[in-house]
Amino acid sequence: MNTYKEKLFKALTYTASLFVIIFLFGIIYSIFREGLPILKVVKLQDFIFGSAWYPTHEIPEFGIWTLIIGSVYVTLGALVVALPLGLGSAVYISEVASPRMREIAKPIIELLAAIPSVIYGLFGMAFLAPAVRQWFNLPTGLNVFTSSIILGIMVIPIIASMSEDALSTVPKALRESSLALGATKWETIVRVVVPAAKRGIIGSTLIGFGRAIGETMVVLMVAGGSAKIPSSIFHSTRPMTSAIAAEMGETVVGDLHYQSLFAIAIVLFLITFATNIFTEIVFLKRSAR
Amino acid sequence: MTYRRLKSHIGINLLRLCLAVTALFLIAFLFRIFSKGLSVISWQFLTTPPKNSMTAGGIYPALVGTFWLTVTSIGIAFPLGIMTAIWLNAYGKPAWLVRIIRISINTLAGVPSIIYGLFGMALFVNMLRFDVSIIAGALTLAVLALPMIINASEEALKSVPVDFRDASLALGATKRQTIMRVLIPTALPNILTGTIISIGRVAGETAPIMFTAATFYSRRLPNGIFDEVMALPYHIYALMTEGTKAESQVPIAYGTAVVLLMLVLSISATAIIIRYRIRKKRKW
Amino acid sequence: MVTNQIQTLKLNLWFGNNHVLHDVSMGVTEKKITAMIGPSGCGKSTLLRTFNRMNDLIDETRISGKVLLDGEDIYRSKADVTNLRTRVGMVFQKPNPFPKSIFNNVAFGMAVQGKFNRSQIEDRVEKSLRDAWLWDEVKDRLNESAMSLSGGQQQRLCIARALANNPEVLLLDEPTSALDPQSTSKIEELCLELKNMVTILIVTHNIAQAGRISDYIAFMYLGELVEFGETNKVFTVPQDKRTEAYLTGVFG
Repeated sequence: MNTYKEKLFKALTYTASLFVIIFLFGIIYSIFREGLPILKVVKLQDFIFGSAWYPTHEIPEFGIWTLIIGSVYVTLGALVVALPLGLGSAVYISEVASPRMREIAKPIIELLAAIPSVIYGLFGMAFLAPAVRQWFNLPTGLNVFTSSIILGIMVIPIIASMSEDALSTVPKALRESSLALGATKWETIVRVVVPAAKRGIIGSTLIGFGRAIGETMVVLMVAGGSAKIPSSIFHSTRPMTSAIAAEMGETVVGDLHYQSLFAIAIVLFLITFATNIFTEIVFLKRSAR
Repeated sequence: MTYRRLKSHIGINLLRLCLAVTALFLIAFLFRIFSKGLSVISWQFLTTPPKNSMTAGGIYPALVGTFWLTVTSIGIAFPLGIMTAIWLNAYGKPAWLVRIIRISINTLAGVPSIIYGLFGMALFVNMLRFDVSIIAGALTLAVLALPMIINASEEALKSVPVDFRDASLALGATKRQTIMRVLIPTALPNILTGTIISIGRVAGETAPIMFTAATFYSRRLPNGIFDEVMALPYHIYALMTEGTKAESQVPIAYGTAVVLLMLVLSISATAIIIRYRIRKKRKW
Repeated sequence: MVTNQIQTLKLNLWFGNNHVLHDVSMGVTEKKITAMIGPSGCGKSTLLRTFNRMNDLIDETRISGKVLLDGEDIYRSKADVTNLRTRVGMVFQKPNPFPKSIFNNVAFGMAVQGKFNRSQIEDRVEKSLRDAWLWDEVKDRLNESAMSLSGGQQQRLCIARALANNPEVLLLDEPTSALDPQSTSKIEELCLELKNMVTILIVTHNIAQAGRISDYIAFMYLGELVEFGETNKVFTVPQDKRTEAYLTGVFG
C-alpha cells in the first residue's frame, strides 16, 4: 500500500548518494579541463622539473619544480616539528596520564584541531616571523623555518588525536602481560604498545602530511613567497598552494598563467590522492588482520 | 636493573616534555591572539562596517557574510549528507556502487581546500556564471562539508542497535518508517554533533571562498545570494596582506581573529559537550 | 479435519550455502502455546522468524516449501510483509524498547499504520498495557522514557507493544533468557493468560519452562523437526531417542 512512498524515499537517498561521485568527478574534471591545456605550451617534464617560474614575463616560463620543492620542504619541516611532539603527547596522554587528565586532554586536542588556519597564519605573520627575524638576525622572518613551525603546531592536534585513538585500542592485557614479565613502563611502551598501534600511528602521520602539503593560508602568509629553491631553512619559499592562492587573482580566465595554476592544482591533487590511497592501504591491512 | 629503571624514568619524562612543549606552543599561540585581540573588540567593532580603507571601524559585514556563507552551505550539505548516509546504511546495494561512493567520500575528504576553491571558481563562478557570490562560495563550502557530514551521520546511524530496527520491522513498520521513526531520531543527537563540528570547519575556511565569494572591502551588506560578501577568515588575510597601514590594520586583524576563534571554538565546544552528555546518558 | 492456524509444508531454508531448515512440516493450533525447544543452533529461532519473515533481512536467504497462515502462503510473491508483521507479532530475546516514551512505544505499530485517530490509539495503548500486566505500574508515567523501566518491565512493554497491533499470533524468541527468575515467572503466567487472546509460539532453552506453559512441543535438532506433539505426551513418552536424550539432559 505504501510501496510508492517507499520507492520514492529510496530513490531520493540513492540520488543524494550519487552527488559525492558527481562532485569528485566535477573537481577532477574542472582542474584537468582548465589545467591540462598548459601542456600544449610546455612539455610535461619541463613543467614539473623546470625550475624557472616566471609566469608573467614577456616570454613566460612555467617550471614548477621550485614550488614542489617549497611544498616538500615546508611539509617535511612541519612533520619534523609535529611528529615527535604530537606522538609524544599522544603516548603520554594514553599511557602515562591519569584517566581524569585524559578526559580533559582529548576534547582540548579536538578543539585545537578546529582552529581556522588563517589564525595560525596571522600568529606566524604578526608574531613569530618578526621574532625569528630578530633572534637569528635575518632580513625576513617569513621563511621555511617559520612556516614549518606554524604548520607543525597546526598539525600536532591531528597527529596527536589520531595516534591517541590508535593507542587506546591496544588491549589492556598486552600491557599487563608485558609488565608482568618484568618490563619497565618505558620498555612496555616502546616494545609493546607503540608497535601494536603502528598502523594507526603511520596513518595519522600520512593524514598530517596530507593536511600540511594541502594547507594554503599558513604558507601563503608565512612562507615569504620567493619562487627560488631555498638554500637554507631561513630562506623564503613559495609552496604550490601559496602560488595558486597568491597568483590566481592576477590571471585572466583561460590565459596561460591561469592554466598553469590549475595544472599545479592537478599535481597537488595527485599527490594528496596518492597519499590517501596509501593511507587507505595502511588502514585496510589493519582491518584485514 | 637501576639502568633500566633510569631509562624508563628518562623516557617517560621525555614524553612529559613533548606534551609540555606542545601545550606551551598552543598556550603561547592562544595567549597572543587573545591578548592582542580582546582589547579591540567592542560592541561597535561588532556592529559597524570598516572605515577608511579598513584602517578603522568594525567587522559587521564580515560577520554577516560568514553567517550567510555558513548557513547556506550547511543548508545544502546537511540534507545531501544525511540522505547519503541513510542510503549507505540502510540500502547500500549494489556493493560495487557502495565501494565507489566510499572511495569518493574519502578522496573528497582529503582534497586540499584551495582545490575546492579552484573547482568552485571554474564551475560556479565561471561556467554557471554565478560570479563571485554567496551562492558560489556556499556551494563550494557545501562540497567541502559533505564528506564530513556523511561520515558523522553514518557513524551515528551505525551506532543505533540493530535490535531497534528489528523491533520496528517486526511491528509492521516499513523500511522507510523504520528509518524515519526509529533510526534517525535515535541517531539524531550524534548526527547533529558531527554537523556542528563541520559548521565550525566551514566558518573558518579561507581558501575555498577566496575566488568564489569573498571580497576585500565592502561597507554594505549583501543584497541576496548573488552578491559578493566579506567574511571573517578572509578579512583577517586581507588585513594582513593588503593595504599599507600595518600599525592600524594588524590590531583589527587580531580582533577579527578573536571573534572568529570564539565563534569556531564555541561551536565545536557545544558539539563536544553535547556528545559527552549523550555518551553519559545513553542506556543502550 | 482441524485446520491449523499456521502450517508449514516441507519448509527448507538456506543462508547462502548453509542449509538451516530441512523439510519442516508442522502445524500450530489456534489459541494454544507451542514451545520450540532444542540445542543451540538447531534452527528453532530461524523457524520462528520464518513466521513473520524476519529472515528476509538476512542477505542470501533462500526458501522452499510453504508457510501458511490461515491457509494463505505468506511467502507468495504478492504477500504484504508489513501487513503480515502486524498480524504476527514478535518479542525478542533481549528487551528492546525504543528510546521513546512508554506511550509512544506501545503506540508505534498503530502510528505507522496511520489509520487510527488519537483516542483509538489511547484506548488501545491502555488495553495493551493492561493485557501485558503493566498498566498499574506505568499508568502515571506514560510519557517517561521506556529506558527507565526494569528489564522485566521492559519485556512486558515489548509484549504490550506487540499486542497493540491486535495480532493473531505472538512469536516469543527466548523472551525470558535475559531476565531474573521473578520476572521470568511473571512472564510465564502472563503467557498462560494471553493464550485466550492469541496463538503463542515460544522458543526456549529452558525445558522446564516449556513444560510449565506449553500445550504443544516441537523438538528440533540439526534443522529437522524431530518430534512434535502434545506437551504431556512428548514429556512422558518421547517417540524419538534424540528427544528423550535432550529432555533427560544428555546433550544440550
